[in-house]
Amino acid sequence: MAVRGASTVRGRVTLYVLAFCFAVFCGFPFLWAGFTMFRQDSDLYNTQHDPFEYSKPATLSHVTDLFSNTPYLHFILNSVVIGLATVGITLVLGVPAAYALARLTGRWGVPMAIAIFAVYLVPPTLLFLPMSRLIVTLGLQDSIWSLVVVYPGFTIPLSVWLLVGFFRSVPRDVEEQAQVDGYSRVGAVVHTVLPLVVPGIFTVIVFTFTLTMQDFIYALAFISSSSHMTISVGVPTNLIKGDVLYWQSLMASAVIVAVPVALVYNLFLNRFIQGFTLGAVKG
Amino acid sequence: MSSAAASTRRGRRARARPPRRRRYLLDRERILGPLLLLPAVLYLVAVVGYPLVLAIMYSFSDVVLGSPRFDFVGLQTFRRAISEPTFVHALEHSFLITGISQVLVIVLCTVLAFVLAANFRGKWFLRFLVLMPWTTPIALGAIIWLWMLDSIFTPFDWFAQKLHVVAPGGHLVLLGHEGTALGSVIAVQTWRMLPLATVIVLAGLSSIPRDIEEQAVVDGAGFWRRLFSVQLPLLAPVILVAVLFGVVFTFTDMAVVFILTGGGPGDATQVLPSWAFYKGINGGNLSVGAADAMFMFPVLLGLSVLVLRLASRVGGD
Repeated sequence: MAVRGASTVRGRVTLYVLAFCFAVFCGFPFLWAGFTMFRQDSDLYNTQHDPFEYSKPATLSHVTDLFSNTPYLHFILNSVVIGLATVGITLVLGVPAAYALARLTGRWGVPMAIAIFAVYLVPPTLLFLPMSRLIVTLGLQDSIWSLVVVYPGFTIPLSVWLLVGFFRSVPRDVEEQAQVDGYSRVGAVVHTVLPLVVPGIFTVIVFTFTLTMQDFIYALAFISSSSHMTISVGVPTNLIKGDVLYWQSLMASAVIVAVPVALVYNLFLNRFIQGFTLGAVKG
Repeated sequence: MSSAAASTRRGRRARARPPRRRRYLLDRERILGPLLLLPAVLYLVAVVGYPLVLAIMYSFSDVVLGSPRFDFVGLQTFRRAISEPTFVHALEHSFLITGISQVLVIVLCTVLAFVLAANFRGKWFLRFLVLMPWTTPIALGAIIWLWMLDSIFTPFDWFAQKLHVVAPGGHLVLLGHEGTALGSVIAVQTWRMLPLATVIVLAGLSSIPRDIEEQAVVDGAGFWRRLFSVQLPLLAPVILVAVLFGVVFTFTDMAVVFILTGGGPGDATQVLPSWAFYKGINGGNLSVGAADAMFMFPVLLGLSVLVLRLASRVGGD
């Protein structure tokens, strides 16, 4: 593989130096956030204090404050409900579509899969203005369901792309044998193919869910009351009271979401790469 | 799948299984295929296709928030959009921020992919850290950066004071000056896009056949020679795909600017998406906002065509 050449001392040293630099560039903000969230006000807001050490004992008060005195839990709950509902819609529409593209559409399969993936490249920033008016027409303004309606617009394309790859990796013989054994075509798929792509479906669930948490502009444009806000919009707009920023609580709110999401994401990363790069490619 | 192959398979199946049960309508691929595909396609047409057409129509109209009026006014809205000096700045900044950040991403993601392809202790931890900027919702990532860049209690200020870049007690106020504010937005966009690009390039790197590499070693090519003559040319298409995604996501992002600077100081960091939001939602002028956003469209169209051609070329193999 690529850098087995790095066996010389100079190569190893360069490798570790580079690894350290990238770790700092990517990870330092989170480290800093985690370092900040337990500081006392009198320790944090004093420019004479060395920012790299605790001058006063650590405190959990800003973290507990976040949960007891702010709508943070509401934000989390809203994000979870919206994420799960979007996952549901995405799977119900995306799994059959991906199967059709992988197996049934003949030479139109690859171009259609690519066309659906292209929808992923249409950005919310181009659509949010007409969408905000449509949401009013539908009577969904300031409701979390407005987001459940629009999010599948970007989660379906990515999910279908990934799922097509997972379906292709199942040999055709499996379902043909099931049909020989007396299952209908649909029955064969449900009983033999779907169980084999369960890991792929879990991957899609994870990525659909995290994708819904990424959205900022739709939630900012559609939702106005704090009890209906998602994490992404609630934290930056609602945890700031006037000009006063409760930095320890803000940092806690970011870290509490960032770490678990990153951990789960890492578990599914290899499968995601596999699906993302092979989607419609492997014919 | 050619139809000839499909029909022989059907024939074989028919021989293997006498008419034990009646054939269902849903067994026919011609019917089942579209039936399974149609719901997803219709949904996408409704929530992406229709609003996209509306967005184009808005930019040729005089529609405003909270009023049912809708008249076509030709190019008048575009003229109004262009006539605002902020728009011109936003257009420039969009290209500047996307261009510089993605050039940085190309270089950094290639180096980082090579690092992650090597074996060393603690690699899983580096991979975990590297992914975090991408897995964390960008609004939360931007809030953390706001704390590091904007407050007077930042580590940057502390270092600047120790190194006497600023007077003792003085502050950098990174987001308060035009140049450093723009630089900050570029840095955050680079930080955010690096993980995805790295992951894509890493996948490309691991798919380079081992024998090519080994043959190059046998032929006596040194590290740099192998890098520039063998690996980078093979990686170029993958790097291109990675950076195209980066360009699309950076060019159309408004969260970083909205949270870090609000477009300021002055108009120093205003970009097309954020400006469209301020005009369309905060200002209530949907048509002008749509026209502002519509200037992203030609760029996106070009990029999408490029992505799709790359994808279909690979798919055609």
